Amino acid sequence: MSVSLTLVIVMAVMYAAGVYVMLERSLTRVLIGFLLVGNATNLLIFIMSGRPGNSPIVTGTAADAAMADPVPQVLMLTAIVINFGITALILALIYRSWWLARLGDEGDTLTDEHAAETFASTEESFRSVTEDEAASQEDLDASERGTEHEHQHGHTGERGDPANAPGEGMNR
Amino acid sequence: MNLPANILVPLVVTIPLLGSALTLAFGRRRPQQIAVSVFALTMVAVIGAVLLIQVDQGGTAVVHVGGWDAPWGIVLVVDRLSAIMLLVSALMLLGVLLFAVGQGIVDGDRETPVSIFHPTYLVLAAGLFNAFIAGDLFNLYVGFEMLLSASYVLLTLGGTGARIRVGVTYIVVSLVSSILFLSAIALIYGATGTVTMALIADRVADLPPDVQLILNLLLLLAFCVKAAVFPLSFWLPDSYPTAPAPVTAVFAGLLTKVGIYAIIRTQTLLFPDSVLSVPLMVVAFLTMIVGILGALAQADIKRLLSFTLVSHIGYMIFGIAMGTPLAIAATIFYVVHHITVQTTLFLCAGLIERVGGTTSLARLGGLLKAAPFVAFLFFVGALNLGGIPPFSGFLGKIALFQAGADIAEPVTYILMGAGAATSLLTLYALARVWNIAFWRGAGEVEDYESPMLDALLEDPDDEGAVTTRTISPLMTAATTALLLLTVSLTVFAGPVFALTTRAAADIETPATYIDAVFPNGTP
Repeated sequence: MSVSLTLVIVMAVMYAAGVYVMLERSLTRVLIGFLLVGNATNLLIFIMSGRPGNSPIVTGTAADAAMADPVPQVLMLTAIVINFGITALILALIYRSWWLARLGDEGDTLTDEHAAETFASTEESFRSVTEDEAASQEDLDASERGTEHEHQHGHTGERGDPANAPGEGMNR
Repeated sequence: MNLPANILVPLVVTIPLLGSALTLAFGRRRPQQIAVSVFALTMVAVIGAVLLIQVDQGGTAVVHVGGWDAPWGIVLVVDRLSAIMLLVSALMLLGVLLFAVGQGIVDGDRETPVSIFHPTYLVLAAGLFNAFIAGDLFNLYVGFEMLLSASYVLLTLGGTGARIRVGVTYIVVSLVSSILFLSAIALIYGATGTVTMALIADRVADLPPDVQLILNLLLLLAFCVKAAVFPLSFWLPDSYPTAPAPVTAVFAGLLTKVGIYAIIRTQTLLFPDSVLSVPLMVVAFLTMIVGILGALAQADIKRLLSFTLVSHIGYMIFGIAMGTPLAIAATIFYVVHHITVQTTLFLCAGLIERVGGTTSLARLGGLLKAAPFVAFLFFVGALNLGGIPPFSGFLGKIALFQAGADIAEPVTYILMGAGAATSLLTLYALARVWNIAFWRGAGEVEDYESPMLDALLEDPDDEGAVTTRTISPLMTAATTALLLLTVSLTVFAGPVFALTTRAAADIETPATYIDAVFPNGTP
């Protein structure tokens, strides 16, 4: 079995660098280390196929000696897919631990702003907006007619303030 | 009636995987999810039982996936050992699933808040079963990766700070062992030109002894991390107890035993003339002693049980290291016993946590009055794990010691002594749990002075909270069912041991396995 020396050197460097980076405390570096070591292993599998050759496609006749060994390529492909999945999982984990480190358990207790709303209160806030619009329309109509209705104007302003809408106010 | 193996064997992996997809599709419809999961695992348990009977009577079942013959296609092999592991693990997974369902019903699903529990659990099951039926090393690796990926998700379920922290340790350690395993596969492929285990077994004997030793060591190293063999066991007691109780129970019962299963296969099939017998015995000795000494220092019941888990792995390594037919038979029996009893005890710890509100010995008390039935379950399980006659723990150890006495070398006598000491210390650790958590009155917990409580280490993540919650009848029923299974191992110890003896006879002669995969001779 003849082997490309370049590949062996590349593999060795990747293993060394990967193990070194994996020993760091930072999770992102551990991930980078894992990627390096994982791909070094893929290279190792590839090296095990020996001498490079023609694409291993048998067309009617028996396999010829110039073909590359296809089995390691299959193994590599599976290993790459698995590594990809694990990497995604670790990324999610890193994001989660960053989130927890930044916000602590507070991160989980940031409540849903709409959690305290009930169906009735939602209906209420929608109804109040409708009324509000009707009232301002009325107001506009009134001003167009040139009639002053100061007290009614104040009333609609209070209704229209979103901070006072039912349900919303409970969470602030 | 004999069902064709080429239908039955692939089903043990495809049913859980299809079930996983279905439960994912059902998403938040919990009743349907539960129905699918229970159905899938029940089916696998039934298939496992059928396969066990068929394989026991008709010999090893071999399936060439897709009709491709052995060295080219993937081959699935079910011999007696695989069938035993399949059946036992399917029953365990089913029992723990029912416990988890019961817990979810009581909590309104707070402990397992996400709809991904069932799909992940079934992927874990599929990976486990795939590892047991794999006939080539790479398929074994894929099985390991499936169950490990699922276990990463289950361990960090809910994503709390503590779980993420221990999850990172667990994941990084598992990744390193997986990479070691993959490198070992690559080197074995380079040396023998195949990943089919039967063909490797045939060709590896022609390699130079030093190459054989390196390949053997690499594989052992990867599996020993997974099986939590000292000194590669440090990750286990930190990571397991933090998960939800049912998840811990499954991990403790099954995940380490897949490692043991893989070691049994490697040492008996691929490297039957291994020179590593004495080093393995040293490692077994250290695993037993260091593990149980760790257990003695723990105040937290779950951590204590995790340390006893590590320590009892030592018995199995001892059996594998001896390698005689009797020793292998005893090891298989011990694996079955330990899977059931350790899972049951972790479920009991889950029940204790709910009744007592904590698993810390410093704050538990009066459980005998509060929950007499939980006390009964724990008591029987503890006696069984401690190896009190006539329970199966005692029988398994006696068989191991018998095998050691047959070899009659100084090192086996030392191991037997260590085994007996470990057994007694296990009993001591569990008796202390019994005395403090169950026997002392609830009123005595304040200002309690006892040498048994001095110098105990609390769980670093323990915040001292006591929150009791109710137990659903389903949780108790599931734990009781598993306990009955452990007791039935004692009652039917004769037939079970006869079966494991036949399983050991199978794997003691690698030719049986090789001939089953290559009936017309190896290529």
